[in-house]
Amino acid sequence: MAGSNTVNPTPPRWLLAELSYRCPLQCPYCANPVDYARYPEELSTEDWKRVLTQARELGAVQLGLSGGEPLTRSDLEILVAHARELGYYSNLITSGYGLTEARIAALKKAGLDHIQVSIQASDAELSDYLAGTRSFEHKLQVARWVKQQGYPMVLCVVLHRQNIEQMPQILAMAEALEADYLELANTQYYGWAHLNRQALLPTQEQFIKAEAIAQAFKAKVAGKMKIYYVIPDFYEQRPKACMNGWGTTFLTIAPDGTALPCHSARELPNLNCPNVKDFSIQQIWYESAAFNKFRGFEWMQEPCRSCEEKFKDFGGCRCQAYLFTQDINATDPVCNKSPHHSLITELTESATHFTNEQPLIFRNSRQSRHYSLINENQN
Amino acid sequence: MQLDSELPLCLTPGHRLQWEAAQQKYVILYPEGMVELNLSSAEIIKACDGQRRVADIIQYLEQLFNAQNLTNDITHFLYIALQNGWIKHC
Repeated sequence: MAGSNTVNPTPPRWLLAELSYRCPLQCPYCANPVDYARYPEELSTEDWKRVLTQARELGAVQLGLSGGEPLTRSDLEILVAHARELGYYSNLITSGYGLTEARIAALKKAGLDHIQVSIQASDAELSDYLAGTRSFEHKLQVARWVKQQGYPMVLCVVLHRQNIEQMPQILAMAEALEADYLELANTQYYGWAHLNRQALLPTQEQFIKAEAIAQAFKAKVAGKMKIYYVIPDFYEQRPKACMNGWGTTFLTIAPDGTALPCHSARELPNLNCPNVKDFSIQQIWYESAAFNKFRGFEWMQEPCRSCEEKFKDFGGCRCQAYLFTQDINATDPVCNKSPHHSLITELTESATHFTNEQPLIFRNSRQSRHYSLINENQN
Repeated sequence: MQLDSELPLCLTPGHRLQWEAAQQKYVILYPEGMVELNLSSAEIIKACDGQRRVADIIQYLEQLFNAQNLTNDITHFLYIALQNGWIKHC
């Protein structure tokens, strides 16, 4: 097996089930791989039930039902009921598109614990533009239904240059909808967001201003609304403890059954991620080369190898290291000790010169087929 | 937010306290998050049954653990749990 043999892996606690890459929306910061069109197959209901059972036996307890758009699966209620029976806390991560009051009730009856609805901006014009689909008004209605039916309501807004100056309006919208949780997620630049980074990356000034407004709001609504603020790591000096460490906590299963140590890991070369059709979750988690690859510290290069902070940040994000340096073992370039840190500062400094004339590349099957061809030719 | 000695405490709606055999630990589960608890912390959370106030919880747990002088420890943990939104006044 690759990786370090001295590591005794912890059991998975979080399972992210990406049920389908199909999605009626076209958000240009989607975290799905840009070449998702190469993987049109989807696991059957029985496959998913087996995955849920096996991961639960190993210790997974938080379940994210995601995609693409998980509502495109007509067996969603069956999977939710199975998850509830097994003792998962199940989170539906949805655009809300096409969601009806009746289906929200049916999911509740099946045992769904909460629904996270994403909204792209605080007004219909920008939200519908970013989504590539007219959806804003319906999303607001879905958020109200979710609340009315007694779910904890989580509103998620992904932040980037095109909407970050709407922060006050976004917060007002969350308050008006009586959200119990508000996730303010600065775009993480993987997948489609990496492709669109010149059109999406805000300037440091915009970041600082928006964060100050969000933090003041957080204090104001303490006890009523919980704010999850996902930091923009390009403006940090140290990398994030990505995935809480590779293969320690998180397990993602892609629509076709490929098991990934993080939802972006499909972008990493030669990882040979195992498929749940060929192996059990036990084998995948403990024995596969892919999940063992970055466990522990043996794989690290300098400056990580001799750095005391490796116990805290685990060398940062493998996908980010690869996207910037083409070396999956490199120190995450967000770290200012990285010899490649200037790649990040050059990008953030250039953000002040980006213009909105840079066209957005929307996430859809036609575009994805285009990038699939490019990737196939490269491989 | 401060602890109110007059009001009973309960687990916040949408949260679930659960024993995890694989980890041999209690956990509180909530939207997109979880926290692992040791056994005594779990007993404090369980005592927040929507009927008991702070003083009742202390009395109940001192009996349960057959111990005295737990006031500070229990009050401190209840305060943390309240700040984190795991429990609320009801």
